[in-house]
Amino acid sequence: MVQSLRKMPLYIVGLLLLIFTGYPFVYMISTSLKDKSAFFEEPFAILGSIELGNYADVFQMGLTRYFLNSILVSVAAVVAVMLIAALASYPLSRMNYRFNRALFLLFISGMMLPIHATLIPIFKLSQNMGLYDSLLALLGPYIAFSLPISIFILTQFMQEIPKSLEEAAKIDGCSHFGIFWRIILPMLTPALMTVFIYNFIHLWNEFIFALVLVSSPENMTLPLGLQDFYGEFSVNVPGLMAALTLASLPMLVVYLFSQEKVVKGLTGGAVKG
Amino acid sequence: METAEVTRRSETTRVVASAKKRNIRKAVTIGLFTAPALIVYLVYVVYPILSTLSYSFYSWDGTSDKTFIGLENYVQLFNDTIFWTSLTNNIWVVITSVFVQIPLGMIMALMLFAPIRGIRLFSSVYFLPFLMSTVAIGLLWVYMFDPINGIINQLVNLLGFENVAWLSDENTALIAILLVVVWQFSPFYMILFKAAMVGISEELYESAQIDGANARQKFFHITLPLLMPTIVSSSILAIVGSLKAFDIFYIMTGGGPNHATELMGTYMFKQAFINFNMGYASAIAFIMFLIALIVTVLIQIVDYNRKKKGAF
Repeated sequence: MVQSLRKMPLYIVGLLLLIFTGYPFVYMISTSLKDKSAFFEEPFAILGSIELGNYADVFQMGLTRYFLNSILVSVAAVVAVMLIAALASYPLSRMNYRFNRALFLLFISGMMLPIHATLIPIFKLSQNMGLYDSLLALLGPYIAFSLPISIFILTQFMQEIPKSLEEAAKIDGCSHFGIFWRIILPMLTPALMTVFIYNFIHLWNEFIFALVLVSSPENMTLPLGLQDFYGEFSVNVPGLMAALTLASLPMLVVYLFSQEKVVKGLTGGAVKG
Repeated sequence: METAEVTRRSETTRVVASAKKRNIRKAVTIGLFTAPALIVYLVYVVYPILSTLSYSFYSWDGTSDKTFIGLENYVQLFNDTIFWTSLTNNIWVVITSVFVQIPLGMIMALMLFAPIRGIRLFSSVYFLPFLMSTVAIGLLWVYMFDPINGIINQLVNLLGFENVAWLSDENTALIAILLVVVWQFSPFYMILFKAAMVGISEELYESAQIDGANARQKFFHITLPLLMPTIVSSSILAIVGSLKAFDIFYIMTGGGPNHATELMGTYMFKQAFINFNMGYASAIAFIMFLIALIVTVLIQIVDYNRKKKGAF
């Protein structure tokens, strides 16, 4: 009894934090299930009527298109980043040459870079290349801005692979490309997983490049589409909440099924091991 | 002929020649491995920054011809009260990140080790905010802060206060958004601290127990000092991240009301893509870059000295 009384403050803090972090999700989902009149009558009722009509509305307004666009551009960019970053990380971490350190710093310094410093030239560049207002316009900046963290994660990981392995391969007449493909890349899988999760989630949520480089609804990614919905749905709160719920759903589902991987991936190089 | 000459060469030159050949081969290999990343990076990162710098010396609407005006954009910028407001607001984001988010993240991480029931469920929920897209978070909280229908004012009423027009009141808009920023990022720091806490040896606590230390002493004499490296690296991430803040502010208030929540990022965006003052916007963007650069270099110097001293 005394023991459990002593723990009271812990329970209180724990519950307060639970409400603080969790309540907005409860509000979002419960609102998305209300019809408009129910929302105005009882905006805070958690379990009331269950009305799936809002979700149908949201799909009718083109959410599917935004989903597909987001998946397409995020996956394409992340796959390209995984390959390009792994290639660049190989000499950066396993070969000695004069510009090694400088090149590494050049790539890594991209992590602190404010995107705004590149925004106008990239906007002009996409116009000049005829890519403006297409998903392709997003691909270049998405790859480029995912490189720093990816190279950071991959070089750290590659440095820990023992050199003896590739020396043995070299004696067997393996070229650097051979070593990379047959020895390093297969061992890199956990690090590539981290790179994939980190960049995918960041690109899935990316907003500012999409805002600047895409204008027509059929090319919008999910965050941009949500913002567009906001303009049209501002009086239909349950409809907007349905859109927000759907947009958050993929991440939540992935998180539920592989919490540890997602947490590790999202914290990127910051958490080792 | 060629082969005859080669055979006539002395042993030493042959070694030098083959070393040279090997060096060229090595350079080609390195080049091939690095080229794809380097090209993308040069085109989309390095060249744009240099372009931004050069645009900042022009008066330009983005489509017609540029007019060179030297440093005039910068002179104007330093006399622009909106720019100073936005810089101040950026600093508020930094301060909140370091002094609210990080301590809160630490408390959340400590809670994960608390001997209470249901803590596994708690920890899963605590992380959720960090998974949501910033745009979705912004839109969700706009409704939570709604003056009439929002839950926040419901709470305010419950405590016996009048309704507050959170996001449309100049005095409260910044605080409201900062609360959302805290909500979004505290879980991230929680994870960093959790990882660090897992690494602290149990034996330390056991021997402290034997010496009769209480929970508070254990925290201040064991946990906190050992978390110092994490506190430092979290602060670096928080500072650098805060200087880049944009999405949540753009979504929730667009920098308003009356620039009360303007950031360098939102101001630059408006100047560039709404007012089409591309030259002026480039000057703002380049200042943002310089600030980030200076802060990063300063942090590196401080960090280097700290490590050299062997402190934590």
